[in-house]
Amino acid sequence: MEVLLGITGKDFTIICASKAAMRGATILKASDDKTRNLNKHNLMAYSGEAGDTTQFAEYVQANVQLYSMRSGTHLGPDAVANFVRGEVAKALRSRRPYNVNLLLGGVDPTTGKPSLYWCDYLAALAKLPYAAHGYAQYYCLSILDKHHHPDIELDQGLKILRMCTDELKRRLPIDFKGVLVKIITKDGIREHDYVDDKQILPA
Amino acid sequence: MSRRYDSRTTIFSPEGRLYQVEYALEAISHAGTALGILAQDGIVLAAERKVTSKLLEQDTSAEKLYILNDNMICAVAGMTADANILINYARQAAQRYLLTYNEDIPCEQLVRRLCDLKQGYTQHGGLRPFGVSFIYAGYDPQRQFQLYQSNPSGNYGGWKATSVGANNASAQSLLKQDYKEECDLKEACGLAVKVLSKTMDSTKLSSEKIEFATVGRTPEGKIYHHLWGADEIDALLKEHGLAKPVDKDNEE
Repeated sequence: MEVLLGITGKDFTIICASKAAMRGATILKASDDKTRNLNKHNLMAYSGEAGDTTQFAEYVQANVQLYSMRSGTHLGPDAVANFVRGEVAKALRSRRPYNVNLLLGGVDPTTGKPSLYWCDYLAALAKLPYAAHGYAQYYCLSILDKHHHPDIELDQGLKILRMCTDELKRRLPIDFKGVLVKIITKDGIREHDYVDDKQILPA
Repeated sequence: MSRRYDSRTTIFSPEGRLYQVEYALEAISHAGTALGILAQDGIVLAAERKVTSKLLEQDTSAEKLYILNDNMICAVAGMTADANILINYARQAAQRYLLTYNEDIPCEQLVRRLCDLKQGYTQHGGLRPFGVSFIYAGYDPQRQFQLYQSNPSGNYGGWKATSVGANNASAQSLLKQDYKEECDLKEACGLAVKVLSKTMDSTKLSSEKIEFATVGRTPEGKIYHHLWGADEIDALLKEHGLAKPVDKDNEE
């Protein structure tokens, strides 16, 4: 019941992840951060098997940062996505694969173009204008299909995100404890203060 | 005296020098000249091909200019056999990068990979250092068109115009005199043949004696590299009045 959502717009990418850390049907924590900054313009959100997710995210983060240190330049969103996919694919064919699903949000600092990549634990990579993992797919993709447009402004993007999270609250059987929202622009990654205290009742 | 410090590549002499590396540099300064010129819209590489015998098949292969990657070419001065090893290494490194990141390796990183290998022979030893200097011409979206040069010690640097091999000092001073920062690729090609004609032994050039290559941008904005054919080189020489008169080749 973990929620991962990503929406791109004219010059930004929004990444949204549920705040509940769960083990079976138990919620352990209501302020979990399922995202990690890879470099200044790249953010990765992850869900899946508890230990695998953090382990993999840290590994990727360290390698992307090592690249920056060695070369003095930063990996762009496309390069990061392909690197990450390669690592998932490598692990998939090993004795103990990572069971992680990922969203990679970024903005190319040279062109200013936003990008969003969807990657599942089978290392299937897709570049998409908007994406979701898990149950969120069933409830949100239809909303995004209807309302998303490639050159929307940030406030419109957040409006669509609101519709998505409201729908999730209405339909998901387990409380996912709200969402953490991060926005990537050419100026970097910032956390968005997403007020989410309105009670949504099922239809 | 110096013999004591000659035999091993990795031992400093009392003056703090590495003789084997200096000898390698010396070997290169006898090789055919190679030069590179950076222009606004591209880069030109040109090299002198030493014609050893009339019987030698000329046009079977490029001797001094090689393609490393989709975004990069290089010119070689020194031992071609050594260069082949390094070029193979560079091509593999470039492909490995392409496999992991699905984009072309940035120019400086590829140059650096090669130089790390070359440097290894000045420190960890082996039989001898690589007896080659390279001039690299390439493009990447971050730093646009770039020209680099490297030598057997593993040092490298970025240049606007540079040369290696025989007469490189005079080629360098000619380049310094005539290079213009805002020149375009066509003007750079003109300068390249002009400099080569002055540094080479024979005054009249021909496509048999030189190799030419360019990296540039197509009108559609795509980056291309191109090793010139004999006819293209001859046309360029003719344009600049440096071509050998036709049908008088029994004077050699």
